Amino acid sequence: MSYALQDTGTMLRRNLRHAQRYPGLSLGALGMPVIMILLFGLIFGDTFSAGLGGGGSRGEYINFLTPGILLMSIASGTMSPAVAVCMDMTEGIVARFRTMAIFRPAVLTGHVLGNVILTIASLGLVVGFAVLIGFRPNASVGEWLLAAGLLIAVTVGLTWFAIALGLTSKTPESASNVVLPIALLLPFLSNTFIPLDAMPSGIRWFAEYQPFTPIINTLRHLLLGTPMDSGDGWLALAWCLAIAVVGYFWAQKSYNKGTVA
Amino acid sequence: MSAAIDVIGLRKSYGEKLVLDGIDLNVAEGTIFSLLGPNGAGKTTAVQILSTLVTADAGEIRVAGHDLHRDPEAVRASIGVTGQFSAVDGLMTGRENLILMADLYHLGKQEARRRADELLEQFDLVEAGKKLAMTYSGGMKRRLDLAMTLVGRPQIIFLDEPTTGLDPRSRHSMWTMIRELVAAGVTVLLTTQYLDEADQLADRIAVLDHGRLVAQGTAEELKRLAPGGHIRLRFTSPDAFALAGQVLPTAVPNHESLVLQVPNDGSVHALRDLLARIDDASLEVDELTVHTPDLDDVFFAVTGQPTEKVAAK
Repeated sequence: MSYALQDTGTMLRRNLRHAQRYPGLSLGALGMPVIMILLFGLIFGDTFSAGLGGGGSRGEYINFLTPGILLMSIASGTMSPAVAVCMDMTEGIVARFRTMAIFRPAVLTGHVLGNVILTIASLGLVVGFAVLIGFRPNASVGEWLLAAGLLIAVTVGLTWFAIALGLTSKTPESASNVVLPIALLLPFLSNTFIPLDAMPSGIRWFAEYQPFTPIINTLRHLLLGTPMDSGDGWLALAWCLAIAVVGYFWAQKSYNKGTVA
Repeated sequence: MSAAIDVIGLRKSYGEKLVLDGIDLNVAEGTIFSLLGPNGAGKTTAVQILSTLVTADAGEIRVAGHDLHRDPEAVRASIGVTGQFSAVDGLMTGRENLILMADLYHLGKQEARRRADELLEQFDLVEAGKKLAMTYSGGMKRRLDLAMTLVGRPQIIFLDEPTTGLDPRSRHSMWTMIRELVAAGVTVLLTTQYLDEADQLADRIAVLDHGRLVAQGTAEELKRLAPGGHIRLRFTSPDAFALAGQVLPTAVPNHESLVLQVPNDGSVHALRDLLARIDDASLEVDELTVHTPDLDDVFFAVTGQPTEKVAAK
């Protein structure tokens, strides 16, 4: 069991080396949310702020926008581990790992940890740019830590889920297609860009009940002190846990399918 | 001598398709054992099961003395596998691939580097070791693949069609490496569809056809199963070919190449007899070759049909 950590570390190093050798995928995932925050914050900010009610300014809109964009960075970042894990499976290397006496979950856990590290970098980048264009959080150290913890929990959960999707995809292309709804639809069909009140009723119903909305509400509450429903924090945590557990077991099951575990 | 691999009644099917239909294998320690058969015979599935990659439906399997069902981890610790498709990490250099393996065998940082460099030297990859594996040629990839298999010094090595797709020179250098491994005490189970490869390398050969072992023994023993070999007669005209088929009812025809294979032990007496029958029927034979028995004939004798390789020759 002491090899569990060692093997996971070895696999993590392998994935970080991949990211370094083949940076296109990770750079895309890092850059997209930065473009989003600049685009929506600077260019659409003045117009969109009108939708906040009470004659909001661009600065207020950037405050409103940033938590959602943080979640969007996590979501778009799940694309690369899904594709990477699918590539692993279609090449012979995973068959080799499976015939070796190594800690079984190490291969997948290495992918998850690698992505968590890249995502943290991406979140840092987004926060940096957001502050640069006017993001002014008023959170205490404790609130920052809670927010960071929540963001990491979301990352771990969504990454396991994306990896499960990647494992069940036959080609890397289809892996990226399957993850696309998580990476794009969930962030857009939530209260990332506009408040729920401003949405047409069908979409609003979806946005209200999908996991991102309570998570964004909780982040806004932690970082900016905006009011939220008392249940949203627990709901956010419950969603993270549910996504992580389903993703983890689904991924392990797909990985071990048909083989001697 | 104790058995490195001991298999009784191995069965596997994928859905309706029966891939392995109850095979028994016994591979002695320190020997080369070859599973010989055409594509689709079940060779790869057998290797995948013995190397813990795929679960068997039934059968008692012991590898390196460990029960494969009860203790797959102990089996994994004793084996090395080089599959049919290259299992190298293309985004890492050759040396990094070897160090990755060494790390997974928990060799320690210094020993990992030492072992990697030693294997690069041994497999003539010192220069290539600095380049990404995705830039390697087929032969180099295969060498790196085998080197990665050897990092942990496994007692038993599975090689699934190790020379398929290699040019003749790479093929011979692979044969030399395999012989050196066995000289160092390793047990090798290799699959091949090349009869000459099994003949060249293996101490014992098992012939696999449609999921069943149809023959097993040393190359010499197997050759004895196909007594006498055959005479090949080639014709230029389809008429002569058709007529010859009637005159020589024991012959096996190949209609596309107008070749008849006549079972014959190649003795002067039998040859004279055959020539007399050809003369009597006034057959125009374009070419006649005497074929002493080899493993092609064995395959033919035990399966009742020529291998694809025979037809291609």
